[in-house]
Amino acid sequence: MLSQLIINGIIAGSIYALIAIGYTMVYGVLKFINFAHGELFTLGGYFTYLFFVVCKLNFVFSCVLAILAVMLTGILIERIAYRPLREKSRLATLITAIGISIFLQNIIILAFGSRVKSIRFSGMGQSLEVMGVFITPIQIAIFFATVILMIITFLFINKTKLGKAMRSVTDSIKTAQILGINVDRAISTTFALGSALAAIAGILVSLDQDMWPTMGINAGLRAFTAAVLGGIGNIRGAVLGGFVIGLVENIAIWNLPSGLKDMIAFLILLCILWFRPIGLLGKVKDEAV
Amino acid sequence: MDYVIWVAVITELFIILSTSLNLTVGVAGVLSLAHAAFYGIGAYCSALLSQNIGTPFWFNVLVGSALAGVFGLLLGIPSLKLRGDYMAIATLGFGEIIRVGLNNWESFTGGAAGIAGIPRPSLFGFRFDSPERYLVLVSFFTVVSVIIIYRIANSPFGNILKAIREDPVAAEALGKNTTYYKILALVIGSVFAGMTGALYACYITFIHPSNFTLFESIFVLCMVVLGGMGSIKGSVIGAIVLVTLPELLRFVGIPSGLVAPCRQILYSIALIFLMLFRPRGIWGESDITKS
Repeated sequence: MLSQLIINGIIAGSIYALIAIGYTMVYGVLKFINFAHGELFTLGGYFTYLFFVVCKLNFVFSCVLAILAVMLTGILIERIAYRPLREKSRLATLITAIGISIFLQNIIILAFGSRVKSIRFSGMGQSLEVMGVFITPIQIAIFFATVILMIITFLFINKTKLGKAMRSVTDSIKTAQILGINVDRAISTTFALGSALAAIAGILVSLDQDMWPTMGINAGLRAFTAAVLGGIGNIRGAVLGGFVIGLVENIAIWNLPSGLKDMIAFLILLCILWFRPIGLLGKVKDEAV
Repeated sequence: MDYVIWVAVITELFIILSTSLNLTVGVAGVLSLAHAAFYGIGAYCSALLSQNIGTPFWFNVLVGSALAGVFGLLLGIPSLKLRGDYMAIATLGFGEIIRVGLNNWESFTGGAAGIAGIPRPSLFGFRFDSPERYLVLVSFFTVVSVIIIYRIANSPFGNILKAIREDPVAAEALGKNTTYYKILALVIGSVFAGMTGALYACYITFIHPSNFTLFESIFVLCMVVLGGMGSIKGSVIGAIVLVTLPELLRFVGIPSGLVAPCRQILYSIALIFLMLFRPRGIWGESDITKS
């Protein structure tokens, strides 16, 4: 029983970690909470549904198109809604981001209806039993895809020129500007990368479970909690936080009523904000919340 | 006619919600996303009291408001030392915990099915059982609340809140304990939200957790932003516009299943455009977008 819960926790944690990286990267460069990030995760699933089920395109091609569509959405959101407010207060951007989030949810409801949708393949959802633990091939894929994507993200940020630009913008937008770094391009790259990770998380989840238009709220708030838990702005922290939230949530329902599962992430969020706002891996020199 | 009265009562309830949230968000600059949670605490408290114990209406309203205030205090003390956007997220987390709690504590709150058959109020033997009588009762509460909130916003206490909103460092330098004042602003806002919840519960007579979601908080925030931060007059107008305008959607032939998403799209676009092009709203005295 416990090993099953741990496996479930790791799978859920992988998804949270993928979404949390996007939150934490955007916070790093722009210092605000991109509340609409959860909806990019939802869009990943729905765009794949659109291309694969509705347009009947090839599956891999549908996924690639969906990821590109979500990246474009992410870049456009930054362009239209966040860039004009960049010099303004964070509360204004937070309110705008909440607006974008509600807007996207309802556009999805208008386009696809509010009933659940599914793009599961026959056979792929069947559970395998490994040493008394049930796991589907998709769940194994979720875990390995997450690990590979994280390695790619780390390499991109630490080894490429664009990644270097992103890191310098994270340190200070003004200094980066003075040094001749194209700040707008670095910020667009950050949104594109974060959106791509959220889209992939959305596709992976939609292969494993049903999807519905507001699923991004729950996943997004948990991923945000993961980012805060790990220390906002810190990518390794976001990954750690994602797995911690996934494991705690799933192991807690061992003894507690399952309805409380939805409360755990928020309790963790409040405790972190109240008692250790810099998170687990945050440094004191980092800006405390 | 009953429909018109229904819209009028709901509009008045939202006027109390938006003006009280404006005291917290607009006057004191504390972005709270938990207003609907306080509203829900007041509604559930008065509904449970009147159903299980049968206490009189005025007592339920009083206890509902006080309990919402206590929760506001419990949330405010640890949260209001955080920086603006994190405090907003803390209030959001708190609101979700309340909603999930109402949804899952079935033996106490009735769970997702909610509470039905809440008795209509009576005062001194006079029963407010017809829509017209209830309109009179709610109008009385609305007028008194708006006057009190207006007086608070323009009192010396309100001026201190505005000073903290404009420049917390300067206010601190003048010897004002900013955290203390911000907590008070949150508590006053939540007391009024709790009172509105108690009024709502015995008007609708049926409440369930989905009445008190994060979206409801954002809806009230829309009214405040539209009317203008810090302007009580603006919040009254904001509530009237945002409650009655979508009612017109019912008459232009949009299928009933699409009314809710269309409403929410309108609100979200309004919120985005206001932030981008007119962050002061209609009558705002303060611009939330300046950093």
